Amino acid sequence: MTSPAQPHIDTVGDASTTPDTAQPWSELGLKADEYERIREILGRRPTIAELAMYSVMWSEHCSYKSSKVHLAQFSENTTDEMNEKLLVGIGENAGVVDIGDGWAVTFKVESHNHPSYVEPYQGAATGVGGIVRDIMSMGARPIAVMDSLRFGAPDHPDTHRVLPGIVAGVGGYGNCLGLPNIGGEVIFDPCYQGNPLVNALSVGKMRIEDIHLAKASGVGNKVILFGAKTGGDGIGGVSVLASETFDADGPAKRPAVQVGDPFAEKVLIECCLDLYAAHVVDGIQDLGGAGLSCATSELASNGDGGMRVWLDRVPLRDNTLRVEEILMSESQERMMAVVEPARLEEFMAITARWNVEATVVGEVTEGKNLEVFWGDEQIIDVPPRSVAHDGPVYHRPMQRPAYLDALQASVPDDLVRPTDGAGLRAALLALMASPNLCDKSFITDQYDRYVMGNTALAMPDDSGVVRVDEETGRGVAISTDCNSRYAKLDPFAGAQLALAEAYRNVCTAGAVPLAVSDCLNFGSPEDPAVMWQFAEAVRGLSQGCRTLGIPVTGGNVSLYNQTADVAIHPTPLVAVLGVMDDVARRTPSGWSLPGQAIYLLGTTADEFGGSAWTQVAHDHLGGLPPKVDLDAERRLGQILVDAARLGLVAAAHDLSDGGLAVALAEASLRNGVGARIWLEQVCARDGVDDFTLLFSESAGRAIVAVPRSEQVRFAELCVSGGLAHSEIGVVEDGASTLEVQGQFVLPLAELRKAHTSTLPAIFGAR
Amino acid sequence: MGIVVVDVMLKSEILDPQGQAVAGALPRLGFNQFTDVRQGKRFELTVEGEVTAEVLAAARAAAETMLSNPVIEDVVGVRAESAPVEPPAVEYQV
Amino acid sequence: MKIGVVTFPGSLDDHDAQRAVRVAGGEPVPLWHGDDSLRGVDAVVLPGGFSYGDYLRAGAIARFAPVMTALIPAAQGGLPVLGICNGFQILCESHLLPGAMIQNDHRTFICRDQRLRVENATTAWTSDFAKDDEITIVLKNQDGQYVADQHTLDEIEGEGRVAFRYVVERRVAARRLVDQSAADGSGALSGVRYDRFATRNPNGSYRDIAGVTNARGNVVGLMPHPEHAIEAGYGPSLDGLKFFTSVLKSVVNS
Repeated sequence: MTSPAQPHIDTVGDASTTPDTAQPWSELGLKADEYERIREILGRRPTIAELAMYSVMWSEHCSYKSSKVHLAQFSENTTDEMNEKLLVGIGENAGVVDIGDGWAVTFKVESHNHPSYVEPYQGAATGVGGIVRDIMSMGARPIAVMDSLRFGAPDHPDTHRVLPGIVAGVGGYGNCLGLPNIGGEVIFDPCYQGNPLVNALSVGKMRIEDIHLAKASGVGNKVILFGAKTGGDGIGGVSVLASETFDADGPAKRPAVQVGDPFAEKVLIECCLDLYAAHVVDGIQDLGGAGLSCATSELASNGDGGMRVWLDRVPLRDNTLRVEEILMSESQERMMAVVEPARLEEFMAITARWNVEATVVGEVTEGKNLEVFWGDEQIIDVPPRSVAHDGPVYHRPMQRPAYLDALQASVPDDLVRPTDGAGLRAALLALMASPNLCDKSFITDQYDRYVMGNTALAMPDDSGVVRVDEETGRGVAISTDCNSRYAKLDPFAGAQLALAEAYRNVCTAGAVPLAVSDCLNFGSPEDPAVMWQFAEAVRGLSQGCRTLGIPVTGGNVSLYNQTADVAIHPTPLVAVLGVMDDVARRTPSGWSLPGQAIYLLGTTADEFGGSAWTQVAHDHLGGLPPKVDLDAERRLGQILVDAARLGLVAAAHDLSDGGLAVALAEASLRNGVGARIWLEQVCARDGVDDFTLLFSESAGRAIVAVPRSEQVRFAELCVSGGLAHSEIGVVEDGASTLEVQGQFVLPLAELRKAHTSTLPAIFGAR
Repeated sequence: MGIVVVDVMLKSEILDPQGQAVAGALPRLGFNQFTDVRQGKRFELTVEGEVTAEVLAAARAAAETMLSNPVIEDVVGVRAESAPVEPPAVEYQV
Repeated sequence: MKIGVVTFPGSLDDHDAQRAVRVAGGEPVPLWHGDDSLRGVDAVVLPGGFSYGDYLRAGAIARFAPVMTALIPAAQGGLPVLGICNGFQILCESHLLPGAMIQNDHRTFICRDQRLRVENATTAWTSDFAKDDEITIVLKNQDGQYVADQHTLDEIEGEGRVAFRYVVERRVAARRLVDQSAADGSGALSGVRYDRFATRNPNGSYRDIAGVTNARGNVVGLMPHPEHAIEAGYGPSLDGLKFFTSVLKSVVNS
């Protein structure tokens, strides 16, 4: 059945009888051995449609071919005990965790880096759209989003090109979906200049019995495509963008970036929830990277039968698309459901009520294969597992980077340090004004934090906290963290430190950590040094998860984040999710009542490798990152959670970039209430001087504000938990200053001015 | 097949932040001649057959009731436009 | 006391408005955009969101929904109607209220705790306030700049039909937020923020107008969101509750 758009249909029959037809497998991104393997699997040459499907599903982004061998460590390091709370693990659209009371929560973080460099607004917007659809497809109502953004130098012209668009895109899409943005990160580092990172997280809730999976089973069940019409968005986007780096001559192929319509997705959310409530959906999958190729092959592969699809039934926005383009299109806001024939009418009635277009495009069959037709002509006949799950597995060469010894030897010990109170004061102001530590409300005020009325804590607090059950107050806390400077110095430790920080941030809110999702952003896997970084990071993260007893439920890998030879710092972003019985008892990050005692938990050593101070004061990166002690993190976390439960702490804030001084400054600015601090005891106990105590970035530490009436009980809790603790100050109100006795007095007004002027000055005050 | 083009602009007394943003950006690209920019909307309404006086009247009514908000916008143009030359509608030959 | 809350395709704060009604002691009744019935409710809330994606203009398409064919005459007949954010935009597009909303003058979405002054405490939705009361509720939108021609503005002002005005003062009441969070232990969600809008209103609205009412006082529209200031710990204050307690009383009295 030909047409001006389809001048000739390359059928399965044609492929059998014309084995020597030249095929553009290389232009589609396949390697010679991969093409041969496809011929082997099929016992003939592939049709053009099959070639398109394999090329896009076997691309790095979809098949994880370079990372699979390493990612296996996550499952290997997941014990039975860790699995207990896991309802759905790695391999599905998103992991699902049991949070108690019959509630399940699903969450995941994903990247949309390359598209955001090309078209910042739409790249970021569709990144949010994509992760929200993953959450929806598990049967959940999405309840929040978070975004972790990394840009190049703040004053670089290209940062001015991408930052406003990316922020507007994240806000534009998320706000229109009615999802509160409860946190994230904004980080600037020259290594991201040509490769900004957009990592988007979404979390959703459902009752345990409402979990849906992406499988097509039940012979005769209908396969329904619903949502937006299919157009030419992002064709080849996946295989092109994720498998090619940008170099001086520009990307190898000009990609078509996907354009999102958040209104369509909001309607789709409500429609899907009505479909789930009516129990008319047997299996469900969202269409993301690789569009129909992915949805059909994954549904079929996860099921127990085969699947037959009539591609000519797909509603098109643009009827000049060829079959292979329809298969590869990444048009947004589309879902695919598997529905029993008896429930079809009800399904259609619900989609009609929401004015969502729904079309039966196929059905589950008895056979084993995925068969796709264009009218009467068969264009695809493949074993779906070979497409969706048994793609190529690379064992790429790895080599410790040649520069690493010298980098680690370049310790920061000899960098000039402030020696007096004025110097310490100036150092703190410089840090608080620095782009990475400054106030981010210029950005975060563009995000709706209130919609749905369940946000208990949001930025700038340590984690985002959302209520799941309005009757009981049960809810979750989430934090996303990564210090890529640490990871550059030591990827194994850096990954563990990212995990530790996210874990700590969840505990400071008072939530019990339950699960992990990760977004691993690295350079080109064809560079053995990058591959080594990746392997080390995964090794560190998987072992770290095991030590902390929380499993990785799913995540994302983004490779090829490099421009010519310059790769980004290894950036293993870690998201930790925790649960709270009642979010009303969450601990805020800033104190507000004068007279409360301020404690420093944990011990401090001279550890400045990769620290914010070395970056801001000396533009230095070298040495080793702070030591990791996950058992100590566990003890700290337990105390923070217990203290919250027992009502012993009024505020808790973790220490990370910028160390104690920055944490104290942030906790003071939070509610505009100052403090008076004394350092002598801890300096003596830990054998460090004032500068080190204030700015070192030793891990496993937090500050808390304890009401006088609870001090004894709190101290007892720390003692029995084996946690170093020391009273270092008191919350003061009258003078509105942050005073470090014997060193400096810093008026909060001056601190606030330095903290809040930076981003408006760079990106345009409003 | 006929097309009616409707142009809608913000009333002159209403501040146009988008137009101002564009006006500010043009000189950065070397376009210094333009002293002001105002941004509006253009609608293309398709009818089967020709654009008659009746069709134009209906378009104007639609423009005034829905396509524009009379509180802040003016309908500044309603006119017929010749349909673009295009190939015949795609038909599948089986 | 039944208060209807309309859901259009794209409405976002409808469930939040229902919660506010419930917390205030009323019975929320969901109303579907496609039904031309108000189901016998005593008052209606048009909630916030992006109905129809804000296509064409915010509220421009929702204004023609079947539910509006029942609502408009009812409102003209005295039914209390509250339009919040997108709801306000729909009321203006329907000409139940004067003026219109265009894009924020700084051209970005803004979410902030916003101080307002109650200018008219005699409407169905503000009777529990006193004139000149200052309240803090949530502002979150992209197209919140209220505009109208001089004649209309003078008329509204002259007739006392400005319902709320943005308080343009130097510093967001840091003290007040701290006191509040200390008092109820809730910890205001936003703490103390650097107030970028200390010397100007947050979106360029003419005459700092945040909300208006009709002559009769039964139809009120405002850009900020009272339904997000009704529960300790989930908003900047509890100031939003009085919107809903006001109408419950006015329904009893009518």
